[in-house]
Parts: sequence; C-alpha cells; structure tokens
Amino acid sequence: MSAEKTVTPKLVVRDLNFYYGAERALKDINLTIPEKMVTAFIGPSGCGKSTMLRTFNRMYQLYPKQKATGEVLLDGENILDKKQDLNTLRAKIGMVFQKPTPFPMSIYDNIAFGAKLYENLSRHDMDERVEWALRKAALWTEAKDKLKQSGTGLSGGQQQRLCIARAIAVKPQILLLDEPTSALDPISTAHIEKLIDELKAEFTIIIVTHNMQQAARVSDYTAYMYLGDLIEFGDTSTVFTNPKRKETEDYITGRFG
Amino acid sequence: MLTLYTRRRLINAIGLGISALAMLFGLLWLGWILWTLLANGLPQLSMAVLTQMTPPPNSTGGLLNAIAGSLMMTFLAALIGTPIGILAGTYLAEFGQRGWLAPTTRFINDVLLSAPSIVIGLFIYEMYVVKIGHFSGWAGALALSILVIPIVIRTTENMLRLVPNTLREAAAALGAPQWKVINLVTLRAARAGIITGVLLAVARISGETAPLLFTSLNNQFWSSDMNQPMANLPVVIFQFAMSPYQDWQSLAWAGALLITFSVLSLNILARVLFRQKSTTY
Repeated sequence: MSAEKTVTPKLVVRDLNFYYGAERALKDINLTIPEKMVTAFIGPSGCGKSTMLRTFNRMYQLYPKQKATGEVLLDGENILDKKQDLNTLRAKIGMVFQKPTPFPMSIYDNIAFGAKLYENLSRHDMDERVEWALRKAALWTEAKDKLKQSGTGLSGGQQQRLCIARAIAVKPQILLLDEPTSALDPISTAHIEKLIDELKAEFTIIIVTHNMQQAARVSDYTAYMYLGDLIEFGDTSTVFTNPKRKETEDYITGRFG
Repeated sequence: MLTLYTRRRLINAIGLGISALAMLFGLLWLGWILWTLLANGLPQLSMAVLTQMTPPPNSTGGLLNAIAGSLMMTFLAALIGTPIGILAGTYLAEFGQRGWLAPTTRFINDVLLSAPSIVIGLFIYEMYVVKIGHFSGWAGALALSILVIPIVIRTTENMLRLVPNTLREAAAALGAPQWKVINLVTLRAARAGIITGVLLAVARISGETAPLLFTSLNNQFWSSDMNQPMANLPVVIFQFAMSPYQDWQSLAWAGALLITFSVLSLNILARVLFRQKSTTY
C-alpha cells in the first residue's frame, strides 16, 4: 500500500444528505472514491455506512419514504438526478448483499440473469460469460459440474461467491459490497477477501464492513463514519496507524464502538 | 405442600390432557364422517358408477355424466379464476404499498372470501341465467370461478409476501426492471405456495352445491354442451340422497365418497407440494 498511487476519481459525493422519512441518516457527506481501488466504510451500527452504499445504486428508491439530496457524480454525471435511468445505473453499479441471495433457479441461470438484461449474447458467448464470472469469483472448480443444479443448494460461502459472480457477469464499473462476509465462516471469508483483492484490477470496489481487520486487510482507502457524519477519510494505512481524529482512533483501537 | 416444580409438572400435565381431549373430540367427528362414508359408499362403488349415466328411479346406473360435468365445470372455473387471482394477488403484494386501491381491493376480497356461496349462485342466476333464459354449464363454471378468485388472490398475496425483500433488492440491483423482478424471481420463489393455493381453491369448489343449484342445475343425461344444464356430483348427491328411491340413495353415497376422497387427496397433494418446495425459502 504505497502512498504514491495514481488516483482517478470514480465517484464524487457532494453534500449528500439522506432521509428515512424525517430522520436524517447522512449529514452533508463529501468524499471522492478512487477508480479501481478498494474503499472501505467502517463505523458502529447505525452510522449510515450501508445507507451510503444504498444511495450509490439508488436501492433506497424501492421504498417510498426514503430520499437523498445532494450529488453523487459517476464519471461526472449526477446519478441522483431524476433523469437518471435506474436500471441502467444499476447495471453499471453492481451490489452484493450481507446475506447470500441466490435466485430460485439454476447456477447457470443465476449468472445469466443479469447478463441477459442488457446484452444479447449467443448461447456460446453466454456460456463463456458464465464461466468467466464463475472463475473470477473462484467458484468455477466447485460449480462447473453442477451448473444446472439449483443455486439455493450451495453452501453459504458458495452462495455468496455465486452472488459476486452474478454481479460481475453484468460487467459493472463499480461493485458495492454490503458486509459481504458477515454471514460466512472464516474460510469463506478468506476466499472472498482474496477475491476482492483480485477484482480491484478491473472494478472499483466499495465495501461496508463491521470488521476493522477486514477493512485494514482489503482496502486502499477507509472512511470512518459515526451517526451519519463522515468523520475521517483517507489512505487506509494512515487511518489505521495515524488517524487525524481522536474519534477514529478511539474506534479502531476498540475504546469505543 | 407441593414444591414449585411438581406443581408446574402437574399444571403441564393437566394442560396437555385438556389439549389432547380437545384434539380427540375434533378428530372424532372427522373420523366418524369418513367411517360412515366408507361404510355406506364403498359397497356402492362399482365400474357401473364410473361408466353409466344417472338412472331413472328404481333402475341401475352410474354417475358418469355427473362426474364429467363436475370435472368440466371445476376445470373451467379454475381456468377463469386462476389467472385473475394470481394477477390481482401479485398486484396487491408487489404494488400495493401505496394508494387507496390496494387496501380497498384487499377489503373487498376478504368480504368475497367469506361470502356465502349461495349468494354467489343467486348472483349468477340473476345476472346470467335469467338473461339467457335457461340453466347452463357456463353459468355453473362462472359461479364457481367467483369462489376461486378470492382464495387464489389471498394465497398469492400471502406467498409473495413471504419472499424476502432481499431477493427483490438483489434482482433490482442487477438492473432488472420491476416486471422482470416479479416474473423471473419473486413469482418463481413463491410458485409452490401459489400452486398450493390453486389446488386448495379447486378442492373447495369441487364440493360446492349451493352455487350450482341456481346455475347449472342438473342433467339426467350425458351432455358436454356447456350451454345446456349440466350434471354435477354435488347436486346429484343432493337430489338423490333426498329421494325415496333405494338405488338413488346408494348412488348418492358413492358420489359422496368420490367427492370426499378427491378433495382429501387434493388437500394432501397441496400439502406435500408445499412442504417439498417451501424448504428453499
């Protein structure tokens, strides 16, 4: 993790506020997320880190009482704009959830599901895409002989890798990971962390995690949030070894949270 | 003086005893009904029941026209009611979060669900039978389909609501438009439960007499013309059981046995299906 990185901004957040009904869950957030790096959001429960993630693909719009104000610029374009088409946005910004969510269909169809939405692939190309995604998600060796079997029959760790494969099969630019390993055992967690490290060559990755060691292990940049405020944002090694703010230090040293 | 522990054990035993008694009391009637049906119906079952038409009084015959009529009207009713029920149930579960339409529909559906079936028979009689001037199989199927719709709506909505929101979010997060999320993911996840609902609705209507009395009435002869009055098991049973003729009464028992066991097997099938498939979600 060298200090000298060529950083291209991918996602720029400006004066972002988020409301659950009348409750303000994010307060004037400003930050820049660099391209093809791993950015981690840490903080105690309820600090707004998952909410932040859900504004990046506007997942919150499934629920009538939630709204966001401010700007989130993806390559310069405001994705919070009303004119932004939600489905094409979500094809560009993929998401993996806390609990594995395989669809009730075969492993193959799980992965083809997203890819089919925006691309017209031939049978052969689709086979290749599925294999590519499964290899990227380090699931190919385990799954290649049971592509026609139901995705719900896999183990928890495999299901989560299936969800990652499904997300990258769409070839998004950004991958949002919402506590992707919190429901998994240590071995599956190690698998997925290794995966994150490999995937950042191609994707911009934003991960929310409760596990500070995990943030330290996988991320290049870390944001510490508390009660809807962004307390500190910077290079992961700096945030963990030499935080500027006392609140950050208290949290990462375990004195708080 | 009892210790606290023995007292709790005693109360537990009394509670369990009362519950077991209540269960036995309930089962007793069900067992009795099944026993009476078997005792009276089984001796009457023969190939003739399944191959011959309903006879005039004091001669032998079967129930073929009634069985065929029941099957046709039940099938048609399910065919009409199922798509409407599933579509409306899907609307309530997937789009019914805002506005006044969904709560109103839900309320009316609940009313319809508990409406006496004879009222529905009278409704079709007034709206359809009177207008065309005669009883018909279509009218019967229509009346039965009105019974199917609220059951299917209710189960479809309930089953879709059991599908976790995380699954909808996951599909939406891939950029799938809502109609694709519903068609390809949530309806599929709820499929077993929805099929169960349809089967239960079919089981419910296959024993209904009241809505058919005013609509399809009955037919002594074979008829596959849906525009004519149509024979069906419940009305035949009603008519034959009330008659003074020994042969008719015997056939009524055979018919009752047939209906009861088809409804029973439909219910069992529905349960097995639901248990098998619902383990994944």
